[in-house]
Amino acid sequence: MARPRRPARLTPFAALLPMALTAIVAYIGCALWTLRVSFTSSRTFASSQYVGLAQYERLFDNERWVLSLHNLALYGVLFIAACLVIGCLLAIFIDQNVTGEGVLRTIFLYPYAMSFVATGLVWQWMLTPGQGFPFDWIVDQDMVIYTVVIATVWQAAGLVMAMVLAGLRGVDPDLWKAARLDGIPAWRVYVSIVLPLLAPTLATVTLLLSTTVVKLFDAVVAMTQGGPGTASEVPAKFIMDHLFLRSNIGLASAGAMVMLAPVLAMLVPYAYARSRRVNR
Amino acid sequence: MSNVHLRQLSVTLGGKRVIEGLDLAIHDGEFLVLLGPSGCGKSTLLHSIAGLNDVSGGSIEIGGVDMVGVDPSQRGIGMVFQSYALYPTMTVAKNMSFGLRVAGLPKADIARRVARAAAMLHLEDLLDRKPAQLSGGQRQRVAIGRALVREASVFLFDEPLSNLDAKLRAELRRELKLLHQTLGSTMVYVTHDQVEALTLATRIVVMDGGKVQQIGTPGDVYDNPANLFVAGFLGAPAMNVVGGEIDGRGCFRAGAFTVPVAGTVAGAAAATSQPAILGVRPEHIHIDDLPGSARLQGTVALVEPMGNHQIVWIRCGEQLLSAIVQDARGFAANEAVSFGIDATRARLFDPQDGKALSLHAHQLHAVR
Amino acid sequence: MKVARVGIYAFLFSAALCFLLPLYVMLVTSVKSMDEIRQGSLFALPLALTFEPWRQAWSAVCTGAACEGVRAGFWNSVAIAIPSTIIPILLGAVNGYALSFWKPRGANVLFAVLLAGAFIPLQVMIYPLVRLLAAGGIFGSLPGIVLVHTIFGMPLLTLLFRNYYAGVPHELFQAARIDGGGFWRIFLQVMLPMSTPILVVAAIMQLTGVWNDYILGLVFAGREHLPMTVQLNNVINTTTGTRLYNVNMAATILTALVPLALYFLSGRWFVRGIAAGAVKG
Repeated sequence: MARPRRPARLTPFAALLPMALTAIVAYIGCALWTLRVSFTSSRTFASSQYVGLAQYERLFDNERWVLSLHNLALYGVLFIAACLVIGCLLAIFIDQNVTGEGVLRTIFLYPYAMSFVATGLVWQWMLTPGQGFPFDWIVDQDMVIYTVVIATVWQAAGLVMAMVLAGLRGVDPDLWKAARLDGIPAWRVYVSIVLPLLAPTLATVTLLLSTTVVKLFDAVVAMTQGGPGTASEVPAKFIMDHLFLRSNIGLASAGAMVMLAPVLAMLVPYAYARSRRVNR
Repeated sequence: MSNVHLRQLSVTLGGKRVIEGLDLAIHDGEFLVLLGPSGCGKSTLLHSIAGLNDVSGGSIEIGGVDMVGVDPSQRGIGMVFQSYALYPTMTVAKNMSFGLRVAGLPKADIARRVARAAAMLHLEDLLDRKPAQLSGGQRQRVAIGRALVREASVFLFDEPLSNLDAKLRAELRRELKLLHQTLGSTMVYVTHDQVEALTLATRIVVMDGGKVQQIGTPGDVYDNPANLFVAGFLGAPAMNVVGGEIDGRGCFRAGAFTVPVAGTVAGAAAATSQPAILGVRPEHIHIDDLPGSARLQGTVALVEPMGNHQIVWIRCGEQLLSAIVQDARGFAANEAVSFGIDATRARLFDPQDGKALSLHAHQLHAVR
Repeated sequence: MKVARVGIYAFLFSAALCFLLPLYVMLVTSVKSMDEIRQGSLFALPLALTFEPWRQAWSAVCTGAACEGVRAGFWNSVAIAIPSTIIPILLGAVNGYALSFWKPRGANVLFAVLLAGAFIPLQVMIYPLVRLLAAGGIFGSLPGIVLVHTIFGMPLLTLLFRNYYAGVPHELFQAARIDGGGFWRIFLQVMLPMSTPILVVAAIMQLTGVWNDYILGLVFAGREHLPMTVQLNNVINTTTGTRLYNVNMAATILTALVPLALYFLSGRWFVRGIAAGAVKG
């Protein structure tokens, strides 16, 4: 069967010009620009004075920055683990042929339709000391990061549930029958057969959650403003503050590049694993 | 003992009565095929025997013990599904041993059983492979192996060959038949393909609309169909059916089409004048006469060459009949032919209820 | 078996209550008087319903210098959201179409870069973008914020459309080529009309994303066009004097209203959007 000859016309290329501009100029170009700035001594305005890695050194000497990294790491682990566990549990329970499935799904997923700002503000109000809950974590320096975890898990667990549920629906129903005949109890089927089958979906979900973690900004600004003091500082906020408020563009750029590193570290193996699977 | 006995079985699914008052005895060691079109209840029946459906009435005895309400894993059965349902992330060895490990059997026992099943099914070299790395035939054997290690006494098959292309289907069919000869276990097999039924079965149960139409050996159901449905379902091309009447003088008439039926199985019925339907298989219509058969005239409407035989469609009056010709004779369109019907192989049916007209009780669809 | 079923429903029911709790608190707080809030419990139903907080939130509350309520922010968000939904979707559709059917050389590499860019933290690109937009004279203006939303919305939308068009039989495209169609004609007259389901999904996802955005609006929208999310945060977190929690909650609901309404009205499409993203793997 002859395939139509692809004309040497430029139209498809021209049509993809916006995409090319975005990818090359906006993404790669800006990233390189920021990289360059991170090697300069720019403060309020850009300067072309190269200082090598000095900004990076200053960055890691900065207590607030180091604290923000610690916060993000702790937050990240808790957030991802809680979202995965809660999301999977919700999906598995809903998959048991429960009535009112549509209503339940709507209830668990609606928080995702809210902005992080709205979420942060509502939870800020709810966790205000003296109001509903008996603990005052939100003003406790050691515990405040956990309040951010709670608020954002509330927002994102529904998304995990929706994606895992979609995956569960794709499992061959004959597998369930075979397992019944083999006398395998339901929980064991999930653990040994279904969840391993869902590994690609779970990998995607984890990747999505991880990138959400790195970008954490809105919720912190709304909920705690990075406080009390700087106890709930996160890298994204540190960078934004230094870009606009404290006018230290060089330092902020160095911070941005440091944020980029873990994202690339996750993307590369993920992309590699996917291309291997597709090409097999 | 691995016989299965269904008494007055009723199954209701989704509010609909799918099976009603069904009796069936499956003998130890036989290969019983449940044959019928989609929706006839054969899969439901199989799932009920397995315990995957709830039963609303009657009993299912396996080895003499009523299994209604008993968990599927406790019934001594194994099942092979259309998709084989092998656990995709486990090796062949783990697939076969998973149920035993969950049941807590000692490791030595498990190893012994897996080795024995693997030897019987020629799976020894494949034990470390995952299902995605196996061929269709190998997957089928692993699915059977999974049932074997549980020392099942009855094997159930739910249309395992339906998803395969014709060549693979024929190959796996033969493997299954060989397997049955080797193992000698009781096997209950569901299919809508009459070729599979005829080649594999020791007995066939033809079903339609949740009811058993006929039980018999392949020869029985093919040569002596109990009703029009069975007659039409088995055999390809389908049996030729002509509506008409039996005159009181032992002849079937339909317009100019006359066949003496005094010598057929229909016996005494052939002597009474009544409306009837004549059924005759294409292989029993001979173009150019055979001594003793009725001579009829027609014209060739269409010829379908099939490689090792041809199907010739003959127009005779208002009828269009198919005949199988074994040699390579050429036929021109609209060529006049004379042909004969082997009346001893023709069958007569009652137009009111489709049942075969016969004196012999065992050829009707009553259940043993 | 029965016990297990009861356990399942119990778990799901309690989880549902936990998820609904903040919504309940938000609603309930927004219709109480400040006295009730001070004296009563967070979870109590209002004794005396009042919609005064809503009125205040909408038209009287102070954001920065002006005390016009979040009403201005609402219209700003509308002004931003409409072009920021339409333009990126059109571009995403054209991209997806070109990638799926025409496959120009090097396009897949570009697409991979685009997708990777979707994961990169915004902070890596904000400063250069500010400089670029300022150089183009559109920093802090409506076209500026729309351009930024387009840049950041492109990867996901292109992916959505590309996956969708991958499911359209290639023979359809070939038949159109044989019928003499060129790039734009086939797109406008064959593919786009067929794209209604994915257009709906894309519109919902992009609209929700743009409306709920905070950081881009904060940086690029300019003082006259601040979206509702930014104004909301200003209202609540930068007030001096007593905090009016009921007004704050009313303002929060007003800000979340559009996407929430969209969600509740179109739940199935929302889920489809997520599944479409998940299928990509």
